[in-house]
Amino acid sequence: MNWVGNNLDLVWELMLAHISLCIPPIIIGFLISIPIGWVANRYRISRGTILVVLGLLYTIPSLPLFIFMPLILGTPQLSSVNVVVALTIYAVALMVRTATDGLGSVDKDILQAASAMGYSGWQRFWRVELPLAGPVLLSGLRVVSASTVSLATIGSVIGVTSLGYLFVNGLQRSIPAEVITGIIAVLIIAIVFDLVLVLIGRLVLPWSRADRVKRSRTREVERARTAVLTGAGQ
Amino acid sequence: MIEFRSVTKQFPDGTVAVEGFDLVVPPRKTTVFVGSSGCGKTTLLRMINRMIDPTSGSILIDGEDTSTLAPVKLRRRIGYVMQNSGLLPHRKVIDNVATVPVLNGVAKKEAREHALELLDTVGLDRSLAEKYPRQLSGGQQQRVGVARGLAADPNILLMDEPFGAVDPIVRAELQQETIRLQEGLGKTVVFVTHDIDEAFLLGHQVVILQKGGHIAQVGTPAEILANPVNDFVASFVGADRGKRMLRIQRVGDRDVVVDEHGTPTGVLQS
Repeated sequence: MNWVGNNLDLVWELMLAHISLCIPPIIIGFLISIPIGWVANRYRISRGTILVVLGLLYTIPSLPLFIFMPLILGTPQLSSVNVVVALTIYAVALMVRTATDGLGSVDKDILQAASAMGYSGWQRFWRVELPLAGPVLLSGLRVVSASTVSLATIGSVIGVTSLGYLFVNGLQRSIPAEVITGIIAVLIIAIVFDLVLVLIGRLVLPWSRADRVKRSRTREVERARTAVLTGAGQ
Repeated sequence: MIEFRSVTKQFPDGTVAVEGFDLVVPPRKTTVFVGSSGCGKTTLLRMINRMIDPTSGSILIDGEDTSTLAPVKLRRRIGYVMQNSGLLPHRKVIDNVATVPVLNGVAKKEAREHALELLDTVGLDRSLAEKYPRQLSGGQQQRVGVARGLAADPNILLMDEPFGAVDPIVRAELQQETIRLQEGLGKTVVFVTHDIDEAFLLGHQVVILQKGGHIAQVGTPAEILANPVNDFVASFVGADRGKRMLRIQRVGDRDVVVDEHGTPTGVLQS
């Protein structure tokens, strides 16, 4: 792996660029999905429409979307905003369904009890509904994180710097080591992101660990959903 | 004192859960609403703290019409205990108990200290304070639910089939505990159950309900047992089946009380 040794600076730089490209879509996508999920969950009529539309969004092939972004947004061709917005769209498409299911999975009796205690609607959402949806939201966020980290590589095709550069460049110049390095670097970022999310979950949702059975059920649901979704998108 | 004045509740789907309901719930006593499912007992209970608003009629608490009070504030001054405890699974036991005082703006530290005392009151060990509800048994959870209902020191405590889901031995224990607490603290308790034995055990005033929240009979357990007003009540309390019919048998020089099967249940004191 001489190539790696000679290009450490480049790889490191690209990893940082890749990370800074991925973080905004994950966070913004999460924040946008919560209110949409809340509406979908609250008003049953809107639920079907919202979920179908967003499901369709995820099936838009990524390359054309990246290319059309400047036309839609009026941004410069090479602006990283194009990729950030496109990745946010995918994040929302993935996350809204989880947010809807997560908020819907909260026990109605508990919500009633919270109201009976004297939580106002707003307090009940922030202090009861959202935290209780937490484990499902977290599992959805982990899927979004992995999907975003891998999709961001395509940005390089339209000239936005990311680890995808190593794929494009390595293919053009026939340097397998460069391509493999790119794959490994993407994997490392995806794994680190996942660990960070799990850690945040441990800190924010300490109670869900007292509850092994429900957790494994949540994980099963999420695994099934991931299996369905990995076919789409990329 | 809680007063129902010709209260009617019709749900959007057309079901009339309660119709023209009038009742005075005396202060510092336990009133039990008892009836089969669909008799409107839970609807009646939930109208007291405005979880449900009546379609017509009014409910007065100490002379104040509840429809003029803000629901959220009203609920914070009325204790509520429900079936399956309704505890917040993401809050430790102690924070569950401290919920309402904290909502009322009491400092967290102070509320937690008071919550510890409440655990003593309901007979729970303080070592459970830092656990999460799911780590407790059903009976323990129910006790936490009672402690939470008492935390803001409300005058009124609403209990919605609170012991329906616990096993009979624990239920008997919790019933005795409820009697002890009510006598000790002098709360106005409104209790909902479908179990007539539980109603007679806990209630100073028992309200037997028929479909649509119609009152079949109101009275003390003794009054109802002595004079069931109609066949429905007689059948509901079990008088028609001889379940409540005890006889005296002379054994030696003592009077032994036996039930309808001739099984001895006790001895008369002279």
